Amino acid sequence: MESREIVQQKGGHAHTGQHPGPGRAAPHRPTRDELQHIQGWGADLDRKDRPGVPMERTPPRFIHQPEGDPLQQQEKIEVLVSSERPGITQVFGTVQPPAGLSGMLRRLAFRASENDLRHWLLLLLADRVNVVEGIADDLARGHIPNVLGEMGIKAELKHNPAGLAKKAAIVAAVVGTAYYLMERRGRPDRDRHAEHRLSFDPRHGPPESGGADPGRRNRCA
Amino acid sequence: MLAMNYRGPYRVRAEHKPDPVIEHPGDAIIRVTRSCICGSDLHLYHGLVPDTRVGHTFGHEFIGVVEEVGSGVHKLQVGDKVLVPFNVFCGSCFFCDRELYGNCDNMNAQSSAVGSIYGYSHTAGGYDGGQAELVRVPMADVGPMIIPHDIHDDDAVLLTDAVPTGYQAAEMGDIEEGDTVVVFGAGPVGIFAAKSAWLMGAGRVIVVDHVDYRLEFVKRYAQCEIVNFKEVRDMAEHIKKMTDWMGADVCIDAVGCEASGNAMQTLTGRYLMAQAGSATALHWCINSVRKGGNVSIVGVYGPTFNAVPIGNALNKGLTLRMNQASVRRHLPRLIEHIRAGRLNPKEIITHRVPLEDVSDAYHIFSGKLDECIKTVLIPPNTNQVRQVTASTMH
Repeated sequence: MESREIVQQKGGHAHTGQHPGPGRAAPHRPTRDELQHIQGWGADLDRKDRPGVPMERTPPRFIHQPEGDPLQQQEKIEVLVSSERPGITQVFGTVQPPAGLSGMLRRLAFRASENDLRHWLLLLLADRVNVVEGIADDLARGHIPNVLGEMGIKAELKHNPAGLAKKAAIVAAVVGTAYYLMERRGRPDRDRHAEHRLSFDPRHGPPESGGADPGRRNRCA
Repeated sequence: MLAMNYRGPYRVRAEHKPDPVIEHPGDAIIRVTRSCICGSDLHLYHGLVPDTRVGHTFGHEFIGVVEEVGSGVHKLQVGDKVLVPFNVFCGSCFFCDRELYGNCDNMNAQSSAVGSIYGYSHTAGGYDGGQAELVRVPMADVGPMIIPHDIHDDDAVLLTDAVPTGYQAAEMGDIEEGDTVVVFGAGPVGIFAAKSAWLMGAGRVIVVDHVDYRLEFVKRYAQCEIVNFKEVRDMAEHIKKMTDWMGADVCIDAVGCEASGNAMQTLTGRYLMAQAGSATALHWCINSVRKGGNVSIVGVYGPTFNAVPIGNALNKGLTLRMNQASVRRHLPRLIEHIRAGRLNPKEIITHRVPLEDVSDAYHIFSGKLDECIKTVLIPPNTNQVRQVTASTMH
């Protein structure tokens, strides 16, 4: 740091060298002349002229204010309602009503208030369940989802081919390692015991070279 | 109709869905001509917003033409070209009466804390959004605004969210002449917050991000200083150093719940979802602002808890102001600024993508590929516009 170096050069004691230097009570502020090159500078300098957010201001100035509350919208589908407000709102959204297992989780979530962390965590869990339901729904409709396409692989290929290659290499390495480990774990105990005997039981002698099962030979090696 | 369709984290596609219908006398159906992907859509795209249901159509920044109106709509007529603020609001409740349109209490049954937003999960009301050919717009006499003839459609679509949110961010900072303003995040909202800070008389504007092309863009567009946080040892210390060890007068969080820059926040907030996203930008705001300064928050956080340094905020005597933008309130002033040439919102649009390619558009924006700043989606019905502009992807 520049100021630290300066203090040290002036021969300050060791502790002083740890401080960045004295601060100014009033930092330099540019003058209006220095700011005139900024497009539109100061057009809203007068705070009284600003739209004034989020201070409350009544009556509203910029909308056609309808009289009274809106008419009540008809409930044609299931709408989950927050326990922190009385009844359903006059107008509400009607898309993607709760359904399936995720719907059950969402109904459970809405038993808790928004003040309760369980409300949000259950909703996040329901969202994940819903993703699986979405794939199942696609398949049930005979539509195989193009998962890579939905994730924008075309754009990745065009604009980030090196990144795509790196991700592909990582995925291949992970899948390959997992396959290898599963392959090892999946081998029957009987085979392993047999190999053990073949390798170490003196009655059987050393394993045959060039036997009928090269894969087994490689694994024993 | 063709619409964007959410299938799960990082998975979206364009798909045919049933057309929306009039559900309430105050509804209108709007035929969309342009919609944007917003930075906050990425929080949905990444699966961070609770109650984001498979099949949902995102998109809270859109303009279009009135296709049909309900029996209770009197101010709009079929054929009107309108911009639709991202808030769904009634105009008459306690909060709307105080111009807090982002906090309307009559349109979202599913949450009392969150207002209603088009295409922003059921937590924000369960309304499908405008990344589609058609969209249901409730309270059509109140929310939408007829686009003036001298306002370009590309400017209009940015007036639905990005510009007013950036403007409100600066306004909530209560900027005084000569103030040093630090904006965290060089996305569209951060860019417009920086521009708006100058309008309000800031003396210095500093924008912080970690993506070089975004920093270069905001430096050029908003004539501000820039800091790449990956190149500094400690963000708060760096801001103090830049400001004669005083701290900034105003700090703006234009990042929200997906901030980079702190491994522990990333782990607990983004991967484990143990808090409402990673609050790194908010930490930096509180710790970089001077004592008695103002912190303005427009970056979106989830509704669960966050481990924020509220003790520091108390000890420093800070004023924290935050809200979803009440878009409708800002429109007259912002239109004045556009007409006077002080704001040129459409200049931030870098990508125009056919709605059919929405998967790629999200991936480009999310991955910050191809120097993307702002993406506009063009639905198939807007053939003329598509022939001229939808060229980025193909």
